[in-house]
Parts: sequence; structure tokens; C-alpha cells
Amino acid sequence: MAKIAKPAELLKNTGFDSVPQTHWMDTPVDFRPGTWLFPGKAESLIAVDLPNPRKWSPEDADWKLPPNWKEIILDGMRERLQRYRSFRVFMDSCVRCGACADKCHFYLGSGDPRNMPVLRAELLRSVYLYYFTPTGKTLGRFAGARELTEDVIKEWFYYFHQCTECRRCSVFCPYGIDTAEITMIGRELLNLIGCNIDWIVTPVANCYMKGNHLGIQPHGLVDSMDFLVENIQDITGIKIEPTFNRKGAEILYVPPSGDIFADPGTFALMGQLMLFHETGIDYTLSTYASEGGNFGSFTSMEMAKRLNAKIYAEAKRLGVKWIIGGECGHMWRVIHQFMDTMNGPGDFLETPVNPLTGTRFEHAKATGMIHVTEFTADLIHEGKIKLDPSRNDNVKVTFHDSCNPSRAMGLLEEPRYILNKVCNHFYEMPEETIRENTFCCGGGSGLGADENMEMRMRGGLPRANAVRYVHEKFGVNMLSCVCAIDRATLPPLMHYWVPKVAVCGVHELVGNALIMKGEMKRKQNLRFEDLPGVEEDGNE
Amino acid sequence: MSFVEIKGQQIELDEDGFIVEPDLWSTDIAEYFAKEEEVEELTEQHWKIINYLKDYFKQFGIAPMVRKVCKDNNVSMQELYALFPTGPAKGACKIAGLPKPTGCV
Repeated sequence: MAKIAKPAELLKNTGFDSVPQTHWMDTPVDFRPGTWLFPGKAESLIAVDLPNPRKWSPEDADWKLPPNWKEIILDGMRERLQRYRSFRVFMDSCVRCGACADKCHFYLGSGDPRNMPVLRAELLRSVYLYYFTPTGKTLGRFAGARELTEDVIKEWFYYFHQCTECRRCSVFCPYGIDTAEITMIGRELLNLIGCNIDWIVTPVANCYMKGNHLGIQPHGLVDSMDFLVENIQDITGIKIEPTFNRKGAEILYVPPSGDIFADPGTFALMGQLMLFHETGIDYTLSTYASEGGNFGSFTSMEMAKRLNAKIYAEAKRLGVKWIIGGECGHMWRVIHQFMDTMNGPGDFLETPVNPLTGTRFEHAKATGMIHVTEFTADLIHEGKIKLDPSRNDNVKVTFHDSCNPSRAMGLLEEPRYILNKVCNHFYEMPEETIRENTFCCGGGSGLGADENMEMRMRGGLPRANAVRYVHEKFGVNMLSCVCAIDRATLPPLMHYWVPKVAVCGVHELVGNALIMKGEMKRKQNLRFEDLPGVEEDGNE
Repeated sequence: MSFVEIKGQQIELDEDGFIVEPDLWSTDIAEYFAKEEEVEELTEQHWKIINYLKDYFKQFGIAPMVRKVCKDNNVSMQELYALFPTGPAKGACKIAGLPKPTGCV
């Protein structure tokens, strides 16, 4: 891993202080350690039939592209221009107004002009203009068009892996251009000639073969779950019994696999298991559909479809009536916007109905799948669970809207409603950094690898800055979120920019506050730290 | 990708310095990785964790949760970091010849 500069040094070293000396088309990419990701391992590409598996490095002069790489890319573009009307519209309609320029976290953190969404899109648009429009063909560079060369491919690889597909820029685009979709097309094209990153391809291969990104096999999932169940028993005295692959259950529950493996996600998962036990809902997990996340969506639409298919396949096989999805981020772009037509129709499922409150989640009629915070917020709203928010009095909490739940499915109120009920100290970050304006963690869309640390710290700067504001103003020491990538990427980000702020899932705080029937007097929170007030009690 | 010679044997490492072929792992390789990962000397306590990780990986095909490593070996998180200063995932797993976990981690 590349050594990363100290925060003050990083801030000094941006592109904001100088005017570029050369036109962007004439500026080669500098593959500086810490700002790019390792290429996909050949065996992972082979596992999912991706083309051109080989050993290579972006630092090499020769990327070992297939001999007809240019033809492949141009054919790929032509096919996508025909298939996705949105792609052509996005290519044609941009007027380069620049409204998006300073909305991108990577641009704000790096000052690299090619990280302005408008220019990032231009990397692809210039090639589109040259090969697919009369003006570009005739006027060439004068019309912003350029030829496709290997250097262009290198530039695409670098900058399309410096966009987290968070879609903040699209909120501000007067034409509604979705830059994430441009990046998605860019990455699809790169995948056609085998230019992809290992942090995406290996999870994809794992997910295809074993059902989840980490490659946890069924007995490994059960072993990890047993450990979490033991933890819950140590804390509450209650033995819960989650089931896997149980036919006839009413609900299938699909969390992100990161929550079964790594802290602090495991604490959030424990909170959800405790809640499901307390409410007595009839649910099952699956060792096959054991991943909500979908790194396939960072590869190509086909791969997203292929990996997501297991959710409906398993729902059908087990005969469940509806599905609850866990605290995962990009999963919800796929579920909310693509699943119904991509893997559906989901008409073999029923419209989700909360068995405790009778609430019908009509908006989820098409997919048969709701977000766990929708379920929990409804339970709290209808008074079906007892909570003691004082158990979270040791934390002052803020909420990071994870990009996809907020911008792709409009999940803005439910997490906040829950947080306000399960803790006594909740503070919002400035409004231009939350809800649909939320800033990315800097490591989404498969960019959360260690070797990319400098770019992650740069991209996460705007988010960290907003956390610093509430940390200094209100003493906020806990950053909550509803995404497993967040729970992996925000802790190092906080450590770097705002030390002393920890990261948690919303349901970790739910689990702490939840009063369970027959529980022993709680002395510790889900992290096995003493609950506030416990020490004083002991001294009485 | 790079190669390193350990006791006359060419061992392939990935970009993160993890062993590419876990089957080639040996105690000599563990000693080599230990130096790389800021561990002065592999003590009995280190070997206990390394062997635990190897056994777990053999059985489950993945590294265990860090908290599980602590609980099963009766060490605290601080003690684990004292043993492996670069962390359980990067330090201990690398020394034990396990691949690096990828995904939302």
C-alpha cells in the first residue's frame, strides 16, 4: 500500500492553485501510487467469462489489449447507443454549463479538472463525437472530438475508477444527465477489453460462485452467525435462533455479506437479528442469496442481472411471500430501479405487509421487497416495540445518507425517524451535505481498496468536513449510515480527517435501545462496552 | 505481481504482498512475512494465532471475523494488534498465507 501524506500536506497538494499547462486532451495520465486500483486477477475474470484475462498492470506501457480492441470498443459503443436511449441523450444534450463541476467529491478533494463530472463525461463524449456524429467527424478537435487511442483507454480506466457513481452531480444538472450512467457505460466498455479492477472483479467472481462478495460458503455463514448469536446471548441473556434456507417462511431476509464478516457491520446485523426475534416475524436467511450488494452493477448490466437473479430465485424456491433487504447501499439502486424488469416480474411475491402493524408497503408492490429501516420505522411508529434511548447516551449521533438509498430510492425519512427514537442526541450535518445532496464516502462503487487510499481520502474530504463541523459544534462522536461499503470506508476516513468519530449502522443503535422480553439487565452495548451509567450503579 | 526468493524457492506475491499460491506456504515464508509486517520475532503466541487462522481457513475457505479470532484465542483486540502491528487482516492473515479479503470490508 502506498504511504499516504499527512492531511495538511494532502490539502496543500491539489490542482486548485495552478492553471493546467496543457489542454486536457494532451495531458497524459499520471498513475500515481495511491490513486488507482489493482487490475482484476485473471482467475476471477475467467470465473465469470470476462474477456482478456491476463497478468498486467496499469503502470506498464503495454496493457496487453486484444489486437482488435478499437473495433471492440467502437462496436460496444454503437450497440449501447442503440440499446440505451439515455446514453445517446446524455452524450448529445450536455451544454457544458458546468453546474456539476464543483458538486463532485473527487473534484473537491483533488482539484483535478478531469474529475469535474462534465469533463469526466467528455472523456467518453469526445470519442462519441468523433465516430458517431457528422460534426465531430468533420471538425474533429474543433468540435471537441478526438480519436480513440490506447492513451484514451488509460485515461478512461483512471478516471472512470475515480467516480463512485454516487449521482450527486446529477441532482444539479439542469438536463438531468446521470453521470453515474456514463461511468457505468465507460466501465462496461473497458470490461469488453479486460480493463477492470480486482476490488470489483474478485467480489463478482466470489458472488457468482458462492453467493456473496467475500466468498463465504454455507458452513462459514452458519459459523459466523453462531458467533453473533453467542454475542447476543452474552449481552441480553436471550438465545435467538435465526434459520437458513427454511422453506415456507413468510419473509426472506437478505443483508450485505460485509455485515456477517466485518465490524462495525456485525453490530448492525446483531441489532436486526434482535429486532426480528423480538417481533417474532417468520423469516429466514439464505446461504445462496447471501449478498444484497451487487458489484456486478459496477461491471455491466448483464453482470448485475446475473448476480441479482439469486434473490428472486431463492424467494421462489423457498416460497416466501416477500423480502426484507438489509443496510446495504448500492443494492438499492439495483433493487429499486432495475430488479423488477431485470430479474422480474416479481409478481410471484405479495405486496409486503408488516405482520405486526398491518401496514401495506404499496410502493414495494412491484418488487415485493422493502428496506429494513422501512420495517423498523413502521414498528416504532405503530408502538410495537419498546425502546430505551438512554442506552445510547454515550454517543452523539449524526447520519450519513448513503448515496444510493437516498438518491436512488428516496429513503430519507425512515433512518432519521428511527435515530430520533433510539437515541437522545441526534444532530444533522449541514443541509447541503445530507439527504439527496449527500456526499459520498469516497470509496463506493468498488473503489474501497487500500491501494486507492489517497483518492479515497480526497474523495471523502467533503463528507469528512461536514462531520468535522458537527463534531466541533455538537460533540458528535458517532457517524451512522445504512451501507456496508460506508461501514468499511468511513472508519479510515474518520481516522484520517476527524479522529474520535466512530461509525455504526442504524440498527446497532436500535439493538442497543431495544427492550427485549425476558432480557437480563443490560450492562454492555453491542460492542461490549459498558452502557452509560453502569459504572455509577456499581459504585452505589 | 512480484517474486521473492525464500530459502532457494521462488514465491509469487500479489500486489499487496500476499502469497499467490497458499499451498506453497511454509514456516520460512511466515518468518519472511513477519519481518515485512513489523513483527520482530514469531513467538509461541504468534504461532497460536497463525495456526488458528490456517485451520479456520482450511475449514471455511475464508478468514474468521476479527472478534472471533480474539474470543477463540482469549486475546483482546489490543493484544492482537500488539502481536501484529499492521493489523489482523493485513498482518496476521498475510503471515499465515491467507488471501486478502475483498468486497465491502
